[in-house]
Amino acid sequence: MSTVLKEEKIINVTWHGRGGQGGVTAAMILAEAAYIDGYKGVTAAPFFGVERRGAPITATTRFSRTPIRTLTPTAKAEVVVVLDERLMQAVDILRGLKPDGLLILNSSSPPEKFCTDMDIAVATSDANSIAEEIGLVVAGTVLINTSLLGAFSRASGLVSMESLEKAISKNFNPKAAQLNIRGARLTYEATRINRVWQLSSPGV
Amino acid sequence: MASEKDEFISACATLMRGEAGKTGDWRAKRPVIDLNKCTPCKKQKDTCYLCWLYCPDGTVTRRIPVEIDLTYCKGCGVCAEVCPTKAISMEAEEKFTLSECAIQEEVE
Amino acid sequence: MGAKLSRVQVIAAYPITPQSKIPETLVKYVDSGELEAEFIRVESEHSALTVCISASTVGARVFTATAANGLAYMHEQLHWAAGARLPIVMALANRGLGAPWTIFNDMQDSISQRDTGWMQVYCRDNQEILDSILMGYKICEQIHVPMMVCFDGFVLSHTVMPVEIPEQKQVDRFLPSYVPHLQVDGPEPININPVMLAEPRDNARGVACPSYMGFRMRLQETLESAGEVIRRVGGEFGEIFGRDYECLLWEYRTEKADTILLTMGSLANEASLAVDMLREKGYKAGVIGLRVFRPFPAEKLRQALAGAKQVVIFDKNISYGYEGATCTETKAALFEGGLHPYIANYIVGLGGKNVVASDLEAATLEVLENKGRVNGPKWLGVAV
Repeated sequence: MSTVLKEEKIINVTWHGRGGQGGVTAAMILAEAAYIDGYKGVTAAPFFGVERRGAPITATTRFSRTPIRTLTPTAKAEVVVVLDERLMQAVDILRGLKPDGLLILNSSSPPEKFCTDMDIAVATSDANSIAEEIGLVVAGTVLINTSLLGAFSRASGLVSMESLEKAISKNFNPKAAQLNIRGARLTYEATRINRVWQLSSPGV
Repeated sequence: MASEKDEFISACATLMRGEAGKTGDWRAKRPVIDLNKCTPCKKQKDTCYLCWLYCPDGTVTRRIPVEIDLTYCKGCGVCAEVCPTKAISMEAEEKFTLSECAIQEEVE
Repeated sequence: MGAKLSRVQVIAAYPITPQSKIPETLVKYVDSGELEAEFIRVESEHSALTVCISASTVGARVFTATAANGLAYMHEQLHWAAGARLPIVMALANRGLGAPWTIFNDMQDSISQRDTGWMQVYCRDNQEILDSILMGYKICEQIHVPMMVCFDGFVLSHTVMPVEIPEQKQVDRFLPSYVPHLQVDGPEPININPVMLAEPRDNARGVACPSYMGFRMRLQETLESAGEVIRRVGGEFGEIFGRDYECLLWEYRTEKADTILLTMGSLANEASLAVDMLREKGYKAGVIGLRVFRPFPAEKLRQALAGAKQVVIFDKNISYGYEGATCTETKAALFEGGLHPYIANYIVGLGGKNVVASDLEAATLEVLENKGRVNGPKWLGVAV
């Protein structure tokens, strides 16, 4: 599935995770992948301020067919990715999602669990189990950030797996890259969606 | 006659619990007290309390048993460092959060 | 990265948010051997610049980076570096100053150092930061004046965006190695920058030595003509790397514009979005982003503003008791040219306050609708 973007249409992606989970890294790799995919304008940024391990953090990725001129924080995103489903209780995540946006969660539960009265599409993938299974673990921490990129590719259709894999390769040593790519592929396959999501009409 | 204070002249924070937010969620490692080794607990006497004295965030009680308020403890580990009997150990937070989450789900 | 490509030989910097990533990255390059340089660890920003001054004096290409209070702490040495005519390039992640504390972006830090004799350029995006550092060394080493390459803290320093990194070979062709103005290791020992008296005097050999004021005058003359050097080097850069910097200010949709939004740094990009919105509504609006603030491009600004009926100036700084610095400077430049557009000044984005295109658009519309005498600048989005 390919989505054609109108000039100037910017895709805003907001990442929610906890400090140390790699949300900022994922946001940056997605930006790189989008660039490889042919988007001319891409940016990625953490929420400006201090970060602490364990505390809720957000990061943003933006991409567009034309260069991006704004650097202000995203108010409402087309896609929100949640690395830790427990954050759904701690943070008002849906407030930052457009009413017809796409919510992607790292969760073993089916997407229906997270459906609301909003007209959002929901995708879930159990990146934790996948990452643990393939040994994507460093110092006791299960790394799920790159895996979730696979879920992003599958559920949004906006960035190809091929570009994601190239971007992952650029950010890790060969051995780690292979493991991260495997995690992303398996998470891609394991992604469940409540309905097919498409970008709302241009300019909205 | 007292004039009204202009809130935009002197910036200040209120000295009270929680002014900096629930800083307990910054923690990567959690202090765990072994009450069998802790001096005041063992002697049942108000003594030592070095952890209370050194805690930069005032999260330790000066009581028997010594307790740490995990809502605000940032997990810096100063208490474990200064404890003369090595009664405090710093343990990975994930261990607790995962099990706490499991308990929560069971309750649900 | 710019510092690495410029083959800097000595780096001295003290970490401060939001600049920390720069020394952290450079120290890795030095450690891995990718960059043949000395990274000198110091206990403060004052010492960082002092180390740079010393190293530059003996002929090394030097680099430092700082922000906010760190720059303020360098203040005394900033004057020294310019007075000693050393071609130091500094990366400055613009950040607000305390009290009260802030770690977030505004331009109060660099604007406060306006009169130290350093050149100041302001970048709109990360590509410009890299390019400005490469150009910086070439400009500084030609005219023997230091330069601050300023960019918005967090907004640019912590945002990842595509940056074209030139080949080392190309950079080497563009930027030859540094030859200091003064050879300190000559056959005879010399004393550098001793006391200079108000009047010229003869030295022990009976040779006339210049006066203090002569040095000040030469620095001013050099900065007056520095704009041309900046333009020329910008043009040479464009020929080699394909990105043209033969300009002292950026213009966007200024053709036949009667309303100009004037600002600096990344806010110029945001303002271009506001201008698109205004144009869609039928207003003839355009943006001028000052790329170079010192030397001040007064002549270029007069040309660019010749057709403007109103100029809305957005300053991320303020000279307390008067107005934003770019507003004052713009007014002075226009006075010289006998131009009298209506000028409004907004103070925006202090301490990281978010400024979006619709804010800038609304402020401009307010000016267009309620022209009239205004005392002092207006504050955008502050509820007091």
